[in-house]
Amino acid sequence: MDVGKIIDKYGSRRRFLIAILQDIQEQERYLPKEALRQVSLRLGMPLVDVYGVATFYSAFSLEPRGRHEVTVCLGTACHVRGSHRILEEFERQIGVEAGHTTKDGEFTLESVNCLGCCAIGPVVVVDKVYHGEMTSNRVKTLISQCRKAQKVEAS
Amino acid sequence: MSKLKSTTELKSLQEKLGKTQHRDRPTIVVSSGTCGRSRGSSQVYAAFEAGIKDRGLADKVNLRDSGCHGFCQAEPNVVVYPGEVFYANLKPEDAATILDETVGKGQVVDRLLYADPGSGKKAAKLGDVPFYTKQKRLISGRNILLDPTRIEDYLAIGGYSGLAKALSMEPKAVTEEVVKSGLRGRGGGGFPTGLKWQRLGQGTPKYVICNADEGDPGAYMDRGLLEGNPHSVLEGMVIGAFAVGATEGVMYVRTEYPLAVTNVTRAIEQARELGLLGENILGSGFSFDITIARGAGAFVCGEETALIASIEGRIGEPRQRPPYPSEKGLWGKPTIVNNVETWASVPIVVEHGGEKFASIGTKGSKGTKIFSLVGKVNNTGLVEVPMGTTLREVIFDTGGGIPDGRKFKAVQIGGPSGGCLPADKLDLPVDYESLTAAGAMMGSGGMIVMDETTCMVDIAKYFLNFLQEESCGKCFSCREGTQRMYEVVDRITQGNGRADDLALLEELATMVKDASMCGLGRTAGNPVLSTLANFRGEYEAHVLEKKCPAGVCKALIHYRILVDKCTGCMACAKACPQKVISGEKKQPHRIDQSGCIKCGICKDSCKFDAVVVE
Amino acid sequence: MPIVEINGVSIELEKGTTVLEAAKFLGVNIPTLCHDDGLTAYGACRLCVVEVESGGRTQVVSACTYPIEDGLKVRTHSRRIMGIRRLLIEMYLATCPSSKTIQDIASKWGVSQCRLKVKHEDCVLCGLCVRMCAQQMAAKAIGFVGRGRKRRITTPFDERSEVCRLCGACMYICPVCQARCQGPQEESAVCSACVACEPPCLVPFDDMKCYMDPCAWCEQETKTKLLAEAKTKQ
Repeated sequence: MDVGKIIDKYGSRRRFLIAILQDIQEQERYLPKEALRQVSLRLGMPLVDVYGVATFYSAFSLEPRGRHEVTVCLGTACHVRGSHRILEEFERQIGVEAGHTTKDGEFTLESVNCLGCCAIGPVVVVDKVYHGEMTSNRVKTLISQCRKAQKVEAS
Repeated sequence: MSKLKSTTELKSLQEKLGKTQHRDRPTIVVSSGTCGRSRGSSQVYAAFEAGIKDRGLADKVNLRDSGCHGFCQAEPNVVVYPGEVFYANLKPEDAATILDETVGKGQVVDRLLYADPGSGKKAAKLGDVPFYTKQKRLISGRNILLDPTRIEDYLAIGGYSGLAKALSMEPKAVTEEVVKSGLRGRGGGGFPTGLKWQRLGQGTPKYVICNADEGDPGAYMDRGLLEGNPHSVLEGMVIGAFAVGATEGVMYVRTEYPLAVTNVTRAIEQARELGLLGENILGSGFSFDITIARGAGAFVCGEETALIASIEGRIGEPRQRPPYPSEKGLWGKPTIVNNVETWASVPIVVEHGGEKFASIGTKGSKGTKIFSLVGKVNNTGLVEVPMGTTLREVIFDTGGGIPDGRKFKAVQIGGPSGGCLPADKLDLPVDYESLTAAGAMMGSGGMIVMDETTCMVDIAKYFLNFLQEESCGKCFSCREGTQRMYEVVDRITQGNGRADDLALLEELATMVKDASMCGLGRTAGNPVLSTLANFRGEYEAHVLEKKCPAGVCKALIHYRILVDKCTGCMACAKACPQKVISGEKKQPHRIDQSGCIKCGICKDSCKFDAVVVE
Repeated sequence: MPIVEINGVSIELEKGTTVLEAAKFLGVNIPTLCHDDGLTAYGACRLCVVEVESGGRTQVVSACTYPIEDGLKVRTHSRRIMGIRRLLIEMYLATCPSSKTIQDIASKWGVSQCRLKVKHEDCVLCGLCVRMCAQQMAAKAIGFVGRGRKRRITTPFDERSEVCRLCGACMYICPVCQARCQGPQEESAVCSACVACEPPCLVPFDDMKCYMDPCAWCEQETKTKLLAEAKTKQ
């Protein structure tokens, strides 16, 4: 784990705590416990403060993420166009509630309060690709596309 | 390009770049913000690129990958010069046609033109598209003229002239110009920008911050500007810093906007390279630099004291004001916080003078304002209109009215802090004072249109859920108050509302507004109060009759298949996740209500409108 | 030194004094839950809200965090403030009905109803323990975690903290977990139903009226029963 390098990059300065955590999150796809301890030690900050920051911001995750990340936007514009129903359909199809990862580590389902793509709502982001004007009927297709992509990579 | 050492050098570079832009050549501009890309604008751009190469037109045609042009509904779209021909909803294969017909022969391709969904009338050029005719795109209009990844493009259209002019003035005079313009904060509160600058406290260093943590759900004006014209925001910040004597700037961008972060980061590097940022800007002796701080997903960080806490690497918890950030801000030093749109307005104010800016708008609200017109409206997108334009003009003239012939019900303005305005407020002029008087607020400029299929109690519940998650949780009144309001509204939507619940809700909402500390808490009661004030009947229907008139609240509705409309196509039966729809092929189907989870998928999958909500 | 007017009485006090301190100096009682003289002010419980008027603008602020300024007018018991305070207390009662501290505040301020669902939380997130641990014990073993309705106070990863010395200061200062209503006690003016709800409101003390009228717990019990009955009827 190259957490040390990330901390070095920011010169072990406390003001960059959030940036450091963001870089760790990007690299590891979550914030491992050990990494947080290391950050606390290197920045000379109480662990509870690091932990507090890591749990305050919704961009951070303390649990490992799935191979595919599905984010459903629940902004107002998406909401009035029925995004809650899309989220429910994802929950049914993937089998976990929003904010959780499937047991096989395949999918992480998240909801977000606005992605700022309001004009094309409801919006769903699957593995960083934006899908606008979602319908609950398209949910199945998106998931099976992910699964297929996985198989192709494996073979 | 080497560092510019004076404003004269800047001017000659601007002129030189202006000439090398080949404005005489045919130019194709692809609108390519995040919305556009999700609808395939990158593929359209690639198709144009390949087409130009195939035809050997590389030296004869300009192709530009610009930021968002605002008309998201028509993405991907392109504008072709000369003639400003506007082609909407393109597919990659249309690129060849446009290159051959419009660029090659100068002919307009009729089938690709934008047609008004109401009248079916086609618009020959950008200016004729109803979406654009009533707009005044002072701030956002420049997106179309430049590629946000190229500082050259911004300079070629005279970018950074505002800065050059400011540097030739006394810092105090720059602030006075902003005071004269009547520019008010575009982020929510609407505090006069010039006054904020004048009130900045003593002490060094001083900081300026750009609040690009656009958290209001349903609003994306700032994203449009950061993605499409990042240099205009930077220029504004440098001017502001010069006016107040700040040496450091921070751009706080939300992490949910990856393209904006990329474009701003690049823009800062470019500006530094040219000496428009950093030591001794344009040889004036004034030094100022900007760093980027990425938000990490917290709505409350839009509040300035929480934002400052977040930049300092702490949890985004607001603190009591006074002292205001202008006295004690970032690292305890005098700090100015303005939002993206405000900063982007500053160069225009300085370059053209405060008076000219103040000539647009109403008595108390000057200039133009960008709104994100979204929800149940035909033309969704970013709309920039002079202050004082009525809601009706924005929603019905620019927005093209409500889709599918439905009726307008409400427009939600100002994000979670704002309010829902009903149809009888449609002739309200949009400015700070009128909106506040009507029980909404300008906020950052989200305008979410709702039709008769939107349940206002559900909307209140939606915002309360948003707020109970996004409250930092410090003040008991806000944390517990939003949860309690949610509890009451939730039981109303479940059909368990009590007769005295509405009074209790009003009491709770007023208390939360009064007792909480920061801007989030102080407006957290608004979604409830404004829906209660304007749509009380709908609440009463839920509480007294146990009915949801809009057909949204699950506990109060059921789905039914109309026997005379059902063709027995079996589409709904196949789609139903619970498998509770039965019926023979070509025979009317029926839903077993006991197993129905009211997901609505049957209604979505029915092509014959045979599934109804009751 | 700034002169501040509290409920019509003017007083000159040192710069930096908070409204709460000024009020205390004048003997004006303002309820607090998250304040302790030995710790920094936090402004989280909102019970100490008062109306302040300065420069022609009236606003409601927490007295513990608002510094006095010259010409500031403060109203601590206006109708508006009393309304806010009573509703806050009602919310506290519904959240932590078994806290003796909260019960006493409710009793003192005449809050005798609870229209909200009773939750029985064991923390009101006043943050006294967090500040105690950091400022007086210099340990920083516990802190706020999460945001909004998910906010709570705990140690990192909910594990035993390496820096915790088990000094107990956090528990000492807690207005909720330590000062619990201890059950039926003759000298107490509380119904005590919070400890054992079966049977609610014990008979031996029927001469002592629960000041919450109706008693939040009994009320809830009756309502649940009625609801259940109504459902079975349907």
